[in-house]
Amino acid sequence: MSTESALSIRDLRVTFKTLLGNVQAVRGVSLDVQPGEVLGVVGESGSGKSVSFLAVMGLLGRNAVIEGSAKVGDTELVGANQRTLRKVRGNNVAMIFQDPLSALNPVHRVGAQVAEMVLAHHHGMSKDDAAKRAVELLDIVGIPQPEQRARQYAHEFSGGMRQRVMIAMAIANDPKVLIADEPTTALDVTVQAQILEVIDRIRKEMGTAVVLITHDLGVVARMADRVQVMYAGRVVERADVHSLFHQSDHPYTRGLLASQPTLGRERLSPIPGAPPNMLQPPSGCAFRVRCAHAAPECAGDVPELIQVRRTETACVRAQELEALV
Amino acid sequence: MTAPVVEVANLTKEFTVKSSHGLRVIRRTVHAVSDVSLTVPSGKTVGLVGESGSGKTTVGRCILRLIEPTAGSVKFQGTELVGLPAKDLRKLRRSMQIVFQDPYASLDPKMTIGASIAEPLQIQKVEGNHQDRVAELLELVGLAPDHARRFPHEFSGGQRQRVGVARALALNPSFIVLDEPVSALDVSIQAGVVNLLQDLQEQLGLSYLFIAHDLSVVRHISDSVAVMYLGKVVEVGPAEELYSASAHPYTRALLSAVPQADPIVERERQRIMLQGEVPSPINPPSGCRFRTRCPMAQEICSVEEPALIDRGQGHPVACHFAEAVAVTLGSNVSA
Ligand SMILES: Nc1ncnc2c1ncn2[C@@H]1O[C@H](COP(=O)(O)OP(=O)(O)OP(=O)(O)O)[C@@H](O)[C@H]1O
Ligand SMILES: Nc1ncnc2c1ncn2[C@@H]1O[C@H](COP(=O)(O)OP(=O)(O)O)[C@@H](O)[C@H]1O
Ligand code: SF4
Ligand SMILES: [Mg+2]
Ligand SMILES: [Mg+2]
Repeated sequence: MSTESALSIRDLRVTFKTLLGNVQAVRGVSLDVQPGEVLGVVGESGSGKSVSFLAVMGLLGRNAVIEGSAKVGDTELVGANQRTLRKVRGNNVAMIFQDPLSALNPVHRVGAQVAEMVLAHHHGMSKDDAAKRAVELLDIVGIPQPEQRARQYAHEFSGGMRQRVMIAMAIANDPKVLIADEPTTALDVTVQAQILEVIDRIRKEMGTAVVLITHDLGVVARMADRVQVMYAGRVVERADVHSLFHQSDHPYTRGLLASQPTLGRERLSPIPGAPPNMLQPPSGCAFRVRCAHAAPECAGDVPELIQVRRTETACVRAQELEALV
Repeated sequence: MTAPVVEVANLTKEFTVKSSHGLRVIRRTVHAVSDVSLTVPSGKTVGLVGESGSGKTTVGRCILRLIEPTAGSVKFQGTELVGLPAKDLRKLRRSMQIVFQDPYASLDPKMTIGASIAEPLQIQKVEGNHQDRVAELLELVGLAPDHARRFPHEFSGGQRQRVGVARALALNPSFIVLDEPVSALDVSIQAGVVNLLQDLQEQLGLSYLFIAHDLSVVRHISDSVAVMYLGKVVEVGPAEELYSASAHPYTRALLSAVPQADPIVERERQRIMLQGEVPSPINPPSGCRFRTRCPMAQEICSVEEPALIDRGQGHPVACHFAEAVAVTLGSNVSA
């Protein structure tokens, strides 16, 4: 990589200790995100998208065991103490979620919450300046009449406006990385389009690296420069957005793309079965129990990502299957 | 032309909500559904789309009379349901069912799958062996008969939605309201449930009202589609035509906002960006309810409400400038 990564993750593993046993939610994820790029992260429910990045942010509960490495600049986040994590969160890396209401304080004015975020990392700043900066931030994320709106409470904001407030808080300290976990899933498409535009503008104007977690392949196609597909706690394929959509070599990615509704009324092609139970994920390639191309060798070693045609693919049969596309 | 299963005419539903301002309690009216008419032909699927709060669920619930319409008429196989005595309604209820969005919340966690599916049979006091019927229904929706003894938490989202469908089919209905039946499912699982719904329709001659905000699923499954905005139907038409040649600015904006799973298309297409969000149904805008966000609005739009007019193509549109939409907003770029 020519530039220094904004975020660099190596062999990240997350295991939850539960009464039923160990849930192996993330099983060796490595990735780099460059300044100013959007990395799309897709995969079925439960594939470890959220947990990977919550682990990086130090936001998982105490039953989570985290191994591996996640670096922002020179700062290692895995195993870091709370003080370091607090400093990094909001300052270097910020995260926004699907449900902004639960992240906003209902009894504090919205402007005050944004100002608090500003002050948290600018200790010398006066309260007045922080309040002014808060209004500026609300304006940047496209909230009309930001001065008046700053004096209102979260419940007086619509879903789309709340998500804008979350973005304003997230960018308050000009973070290197913005992790957006399903930021528009709860919103209507017309409002989704507005929020995606805000995120895109921030990336362009501030050079923020964006990790965009979503179920929606359309959102990825629109926003991402590169895409990584997750399955059962691992990255199974990664590529630039065009290659992923048009030259995928992983049977899971291809299945995902093929299962989308078609224009006509012909039958759709679901991926048979359901995602695995992460208490006991299948050996070898976890997708093999649902894969039409599974062969005995798929139960062997867990496949690593290797460059096939235009994508990095974690499938032992990818080279052979390439001929079948 | 097949005879319609459901005919809705001028359906209106208003809710009264109370809010307290100091000592005063203020009552306000939510105009959830206003003067909606639509027809579901026998054996066909009518899609109902629109953003959240546009009134889709309320229309579905009014049709089944799960809630009482404020005004208007709902005919089921020719029988007027509005005002029908409870005892007659109960008989008809067998023929009309509903499947909800949330496969997690819609099943009782303490009941076995078999008991959940058999519940409507018991409520309606259907004779015969319920266990056999449950086994038959499970097979019909692609599950195994021995699943009957298991509990909801042992099932995935897609399987639970299949159970929801089996339950809805228990009484041999002819019409089902599918209220966002696949919205909570991953696309790879959703495809299987959509196939199932289409197969069942063919096998059993069912008619569907398919409610969804996902326009691409609706396009795939529907024969015709009605688009709602803030309690009103703004456009109705054959599915293909609506997507390829819609004549309402809102439908166009909605279609252009849906991201498509193709990076080339996504990066080249023109979008109609709507400003702001849907206004409150407590105080909908005068004239055309869409005018506050409409890129084509003129003075007349705030004064006069556009009627839903069929301009001769079997494709009614409620816009003063329907004829100009294609020219002003360009050719359709659809989901
Ligand atoms: N606190 C927890 N304790 C135990 N298991 C957990 C916990 N949080 C998550 N998991 C499990 O970890 C796995 C990964 O979950 P994660 O939330 O990352 O999925 P996701 O890919 O974000 O899915 P979705 O698309 O539904 O948001 C799942 O099997 C989930 O059940
Ligand atoms: N029981 C109720 N009391 C008050 N308002 C309601 C009630 N049910 C629905 N509404 C309102 O009616 C409007 C239409 O809602 P709904 O039919 O659920 O929309 P959709 O299904 O299209 O999202 C919304 O503004 C909603 O808040
Ligand atoms: S009637 Fe006017 S405001 Fe309504 S959709 Fe047509 S042009 Fe827009
Ligand atoms: Mg998640
Ligand atoms: Mg609804």
